Amino acid sequence: MTSFPVQRLVFACAALLFSAQSALSDPLDPFKTLSGNLDIAGGTAHIPVMKGAAQEIMQANPKIRITVAGGGSGVGVQKVGEGLVQIGNTGRALKESEIAKYGLVSFPFAIDGVAVAVNPKNPISNLSKAQIKDIFAGKITNWRELGGQDATISLYVREDGSGTRETFEGRALDKASSTDRANVVNSNGAMKTAIARDPQAIGYVGIGHLDASIKGVSIDQKQPSQENAAKGEYPVTRLLYMNTKGEPQGLTKAFVDYIFSDKGKALIVKAGYIPYAKK
Amino acid sequence: MPKSDLPTQPSHDKDSEAGFWLKLASLLAVLGVVALCAMIVVAAIPAFFSQGQTPFEWSWQPYQGHFGVLPMCAATLLLALLALALGFPWALAIVIWHLTEEAPALSWAKKAFALFIRLLTTVPTVVLSFAAVFLLTPLLRLAFGGTGFCLLGASLMVSLLILPTMVLVLESGLAARLDALCPHGLALGLSRYQLLRQCVLPQSRRTLIQAAVLGFGRALGDTLLPLMLAGNAPKLPSSFTESARTLSAHMALVTANEVGGAAYNSLFAAGLLLLGTSIGVTLILRKLAPNRARGKK
Repeated sequence: MTSFPVQRLVFACAALLFSAQSALSDPLDPFKTLSGNLDIAGGTAHIPVMKGAAQEIMQANPKIRITVAGGGSGVGVQKVGEGLVQIGNTGRALKESEIAKYGLVSFPFAIDGVAVAVNPKNPISNLSKAQIKDIFAGKITNWRELGGQDATISLYVREDGSGTRETFEGRALDKASSTDRANVVNSNGAMKTAIARDPQAIGYVGIGHLDASIKGVSIDQKQPSQENAAKGEYPVTRLLYMNTKGEPQGLTKAFVDYIFSDKGKALIVKAGYIPYAKK
Repeated sequence: MPKSDLPTQPSHDKDSEAGFWLKLASLLAVLGVVALCAMIVVAAIPAFFSQGQTPFEWSWQPYQGHFGVLPMCAATLLLALLALALGFPWALAIVIWHLTEEAPALSWAKKAFALFIRLLTTVPTVVLSFAAVFLLTPLLRLAFGGTGFCLLGASLMVSLLILPTMVLVLESGLAARLDALCPHGLALGLSRYQLLRQCVLPQSRRTLIQAAVLGFGRALGDTLLPLMLAGNAPKLPSSFTESARTLSAHMALVTANEVGGAAYNSLFAAGLLLLGTSIGVTLILRKLAPNRARGKK
């Protein structure tokens, strides 16, 4: 009967191991056996989430080096497609031509809303969709026509191809494009600065960028907030994507999985977005 | 082989070897420029010959199939010309003051100013733009209405950007000639200002033009100042206080989000136009300079 205690011992050890693993199950565990470099580039909206995850992973395992760069959605597609980075971020779904050309795989991981914003001094806090369309088409040019003070509207839009602009024009303007008289700025940050400095300004930013310096405007009484966007009540939203060339492997796969883990979700919420469940 | 030949042989070899490397280096430099021009021309061809889409129109609406870059060309030229018109007299005035101020009490001001001009060359354009967004743009908004993001604001900052370049070129060109004339001129009872005004400036057309060409070239190509200050509306501005988009800012805006496609291709046409304008203006201004000045220097 010598085998009995040994069996018991093995069993106990196994049980202990399993329980220990489940108790300490950490999204960072898969990185323990990994090392090497991971380069990420593309959409600027993604950067806070990517940087947060990169920091946590590199602190847990110093043998891993992760770099995060911006550049915009187009840069994300090009760099990942040409193998210059392992993950290319986009604030829009990939075009058919891009998928065909590079063989990319997309991972939508967060929902971002786009909010119409005005200067905090502006008395207007709600606009109808029709009014917003007329403002951005250049038909309404004075705040007086909207019940505000008698002053010319300063119109600010994002550059062609920006994910934020695409979302705004697609969901708020019903695919109409904005007037070419509008000023064009090239980042959410620049948009915020412009609106915060110009009392007559109107423009749009990612909901996560709303703060005390600018005022979000309700569309048809629907307030721009992450909660409303998550519930589907606020209409102007988009998905944020990570893209890899082919199915991700090794460190890249571990990173993508980490973004979908609880810790990744916490980072997404902290950056002002809503986590999007992996399909 | 006689022994006496040996010492001369290696040194001759070394000379020709150095000549070979020098020739290779200049050849590579020339080839680089030629290859750059050829690359841009070749890459621009699809934009010029794709059916139905031409970069030579006045409308930029990529989703409606209009890829016109003419408004951007016009804005680039307007911005550079205005910046030059603002900056050149300013630079000339600074240099004249700096070369002719004789009051000993003001020598500290001359030194401080020289230091300031040299420091100005090292200020990154992003710092200039950022300062202007917070200081200049609100002033322009107050003065002219609108948003404050306009050609005038960008031109003012670009003129500040090209100021040190022009000051340094002007000063190095004029100072030597003035100093050469000074002992005799001063002995004749002329002041430094009179010498500069009557004798040096009329002979220095080439220096003046060189300074203008360098300033104009920088003004034409600068990206960040117009991108952050001019407003970037892709249409022809009807006045200097309206929003406008320069070619360089246009390229920065489009490359951030587009890869391939007609909008991307039209950028090479825009690049070709920018390069062509820059080369053309340089050649014209050089033609204006009298050739005899070249020998004199």
